Amino acid sequence: MPPLSILIWLPAITGLLAASLSWRPWRAHIPPASPPPDWWGQVSPAARARSVRDPGQRLSGRLALAGSLATLALAIGYITEYKGPRAGLQHVTDVTWIGELGIHYKLAISGLNVFLVGMTALLFAAATLAANLRSWERPRLFYFQFMLAESAVLGAFLAQDLALFVAFFDLMLVPFYFLIGGWGREPGRVRATLKLVIYTLVGSLLMLAAAIATGVLAARHTGGHITFVLSSLQATPLGRGSQEWIFLFFAAAFLVKMPAFPLHGWMPDGYRAMPIEVLMVFSGVLAKVGAYGFLAIVLPLYPQAAVHFQTLMLLLALASILYGSAVAFTQTDARLIAGYSSVAQLGFITLGIFSLNAQGAQGALLQMLNHGLVVAPLLFIVALLAQRSGGSEDVREMGGIAFRAPVLAALFLLVALATLAMPGSANFVGEFLILLGVFNAKLAIAAVAFAGVVMASFYALRLLIGAMHNRVGPGVRSREISLLDGAVLVPILAVVGLLSLYPQLALHRSEGSVKQAITPLRAPLSPPGPYAARGGCPPYAAQPGSGLRCRALVLGRRR
Amino acid sequence: MSAVALASAHLKGPHVDFGGLAPLLALLGGAVVVLLAGLIGSRWVRAQVVPTLSLLALGSALGLTIWQWDARKSVVSGALRIDDLSLASNLVLIAGGACAVLLAWRSLAAREAAHGEWHALLLSSIGGMSLLACAQNTVAVFLGLELLSIPLYVLCATELRREHSLESGLKYLIVGSVGSATFLYGLAMIYGATGKTDFGAIAGALARASLASDPLTLTGIALCVAGLCFKASVAPFHQWTPDVYEGAPTPVTGFMAVATKVAALAVFVRLFDVAFIPAHHSWGPAVAALATITIVVGNVGALGQSSLKRMLAYSSVAQAGYMLAGIVVATRLGVQATVFYLAVYVAMNMAAFAVIVARERQTGWGDAIDAVAGLGRERPLLALSMTISMLALAGIPATAGFTGKFYLIDAAVSGGYTWLGVVIVIGSMISLGYYLPVLAAMWMRPAPAGAGRRGDPPGPGAEALPALAGGSPELEPEAQGAVEPPWQARGERVLGAQPEVALVAIAAALATIFFGIIPQPLFELVHGAGRALGLL
Repeated sequence: MPPLSILIWLPAITGLLAASLSWRPWRAHIPPASPPPDWWGQVSPAARARSVRDPGQRLSGRLALAGSLATLALAIGYITEYKGPRAGLQHVTDVTWIGELGIHYKLAISGLNVFLVGMTALLFAAATLAANLRSWERPRLFYFQFMLAESAVLGAFLAQDLALFVAFFDLMLVPFYFLIGGWGREPGRVRATLKLVIYTLVGSLLMLAAAIATGVLAARHTGGHITFVLSSLQATPLGRGSQEWIFLFFAAAFLVKMPAFPLHGWMPDGYRAMPIEVLMVFSGVLAKVGAYGFLAIVLPLYPQAAVHFQTLMLLLALASILYGSAVAFTQTDARLIAGYSSVAQLGFITLGIFSLNAQGAQGALLQMLNHGLVVAPLLFIVALLAQRSGGSEDVREMGGIAFRAPVLAALFLLVALATLAMPGSANFVGEFLILLGVFNAKLAIAAVAFAGVVMASFYALRLLIGAMHNRVGPGVRSREISLLDGAVLVPILAVVGLLSLYPQLALHRSEGSVKQAITPLRAPLSPPGPYAARGGCPPYAAQPGSGLRCRALVLGRRR
Repeated sequence: MSAVALASAHLKGPHVDFGGLAPLLALLGGAVVVLLAGLIGSRWVRAQVVPTLSLLALGSALGLTIWQWDARKSVVSGALRIDDLSLASNLVLIAGGACAVLLAWRSLAAREAAHGEWHALLLSSIGGMSLLACAQNTVAVFLGLELLSIPLYVLCATELRREHSLESGLKYLIVGSVGSATFLYGLAMIYGATGKTDFGAIAGALARASLASDPLTLTGIALCVAGLCFKASVAPFHQWTPDVYEGAPTPVTGFMAVATKVAALAVFVRLFDVAFIPAHHSWGPAVAALATITIVVGNVGALGQSSLKRMLAYSSVAQAGYMLAGIVVATRLGVQATVFYLAVYVAMNMAAFAVIVARERQTGWGDAIDAVAGLGRERPLLALSMTISMLALAGIPATAGFTGKFYLIDAAVSGGYTWLGVVIVIGSMISLGYYLPVLAAMWMRPAPAGAGRRGDPPGPGAEALPALAGGSPELEPEAQGAVEPPWQARGERVLGAQPEVALVAIAAALATIFFGIIPQPLFELVHGAGRALGLL
């Protein structure tokens, strides 16, 4: 396989190419300022006419699509190439970037990120295809920013150096800032963008300070030269006091990104303002960077703090689940139902991670994939529904859309069932593992979290029924999904189906890395955690002949 | 006759190493040449040859600086020292000066003040800064400070027919003089306490005797801090900054913003990390507190400013606070981080000021944020430069601003001032509140209705902007100017501005990106600067 740098930078380079190929500044006329197209598919006639004249519209879109598909192909290559459950980094690229500051340009594939990279590439390819189905104002810039975003997200997943991770984490916000601010929906586009960026950058700047402190303190501890390479940092754990404040700073950054309950203030406005293609990747992928950060960085580097704050994080996760689900009941905006359901789902993921045992973490990892693969089609379907209900995304104005669109209805049903974690779906496996992990760690929290599972079915079905069935809404014109729209949805749903049939595909490959990520937690966990010594299983499960063999249930099918 | 010969035979002046002084001499000599060239009657010579000559002077100073690269020596009986710190600051200063010359090429300020004088003042101010950066004793420091300041007072007021420019010059003169006086008083007290003027000797005296906690010394140090804080616009001595920045002609503002800060912080480094280093325990916490106040005041003050120049003024206050963090820790790493950030700071700010200059000439909005509204659609290259500048100032990765801030926080944490690192981070968060709206205006808002293209009368909104109600002065020359040749119009359409202004904007933005991705060359430069200070 080619080096990972190619995977990372391919999108940005094609984006740049797309932007520069058709740029003719000397012929540029200064067009009269017109607001961006108001709603999905409803481009103003003037904009459409201009886009027909502007060859950049098509060329840049096609180039970006080609770039994202090539990236997807590479990512699939890495997944097939990935060798088994053996822990450890593969395809390592390690170059000293800034020697003075100890920053390495170190990228690698591990069990934690291999599938997330694949998911990122898939969702970006689908979203780029979706973006190609409509015309944009200033298309060159749009596709450039879009592709730059893909590069930055891939970089954040693959970075194996703390400073590099922080850099990519901050960097990915820049294209999204422009994408939302430049092509978002009125009203409140600029305001929403500002809010979103300030929320997230506040988190990531705190993370920057925390990351630098980690490097400096570790270097002081060893007396060597400062370094930010994760593996070296992991070898020199910090003192408990430092770990705790650093943990809080990191947690702030990741929880904002997810978003989790008290820090989700940017979410409603942001979701409302984003163009749906951008929202697909934002909700599907960016939220996972936060969760991935907990798993790949926080747990290995700050184990004592993670144990110390376990209850706090579990309670926050629980609050996210309950709050997200409850608000998703009451919303009528289909987008926000998806948004608040994401808050709840990300709550589950946090719950799994902070169960601090292998089942929970594996379930969280699987659930990250599932959520991304489900929420992106869900949002795209919301856009399709809005096209059929006179442009409104309000569930009350939809209804009866299934009437003449059986294929769309079937696809939506699949998505809805996956969202509510129907047994048989990969989401079910993920949530089951998470709850099992939490059950082992904190019984009470797991018991309450079960309520979230029930609530998920309520809001998912409410959306499905409200939009597709019931009485035909006033402005609704039911029509079948077009082939190209189908091409956006079907590949993602195919992967959802694949994971449902065979979740071991992901579980098996990530097992080694997940275990390695939580190994440092053993020592701080073992005094209080009664089951840690037995590999995280409750006593009855570890006894021979017990009805519930947690290990066998979780990981056993491969044996 | 014979007596004179006899006297000259006996009088043996100190050995002067002209090699070491060469960059300085090139600048000051250039000032004289430019001044004389400005007397030539032809308008073309004054408008075109004079700036070319001052660029040449800067170029030769640059060449001579590079020629002196590996020199480590004291010149003029130890009053000045040529080392990596002074060479690095020379490079940065010359770059800043060259940008100012380019930006002022067709500006009203240079024309109204007669080109020769304007450029001569600029060059002598750069000379003063260069002197300041290599000063080794208190007398040379004060000399440099005055040589830097006095031409700047005049330069601020060079848009003779605009009230705000005059106000700015006067304000700067008064406040700057108070600053200079305070600083001088402080130096006198230090001399009184230690009996030395040389930095090294002051450090020796402070270390040997128990002078480091002597009230006289401490008062002297405090007064020095206050005086330098006036120059570097560190809160609470920053109040002049927004008014002066806003009122001064924009090329001068740009120059002032970057070059003065470089010179002031270079002397901060020399004075505090060399001469006063034995008293570090007493001034360290105080300067750390100043840095904190500066970061907070600068960032909060910049919020909600509608004038870009005022916004950048407050932002420069905040950035001075960041850079003080590198001085507070009094480590080699700290000095390196400060010098690194200074170099980066010049590039980031120059891009922004160049765009403001371009827009002042193109629209009737002056430096109001409306002037850049819709710029992304109209003139993408300018908008891109401004974007890079704002992102870098905010400390976003892939720009040099990120590396610089990273370095400073690294230095602060390593030096035991972790909380100061966190303050820097908090300051950066607040700063998003004013950098991002500029980006939003450029990329997400259409150009305001009635925003005059060049030559149009200012739009109806202009009445609401009293600062600009006097007419946008930069418009006049263009309106009167001869018809431009067609190639120039075409070049302008591609570049988005007059070529030299666009050159500054694009080059500065490219440098910001380049050093963000490949910071190695800058690190080499900075490393030497850190080593140059022997006592650390």
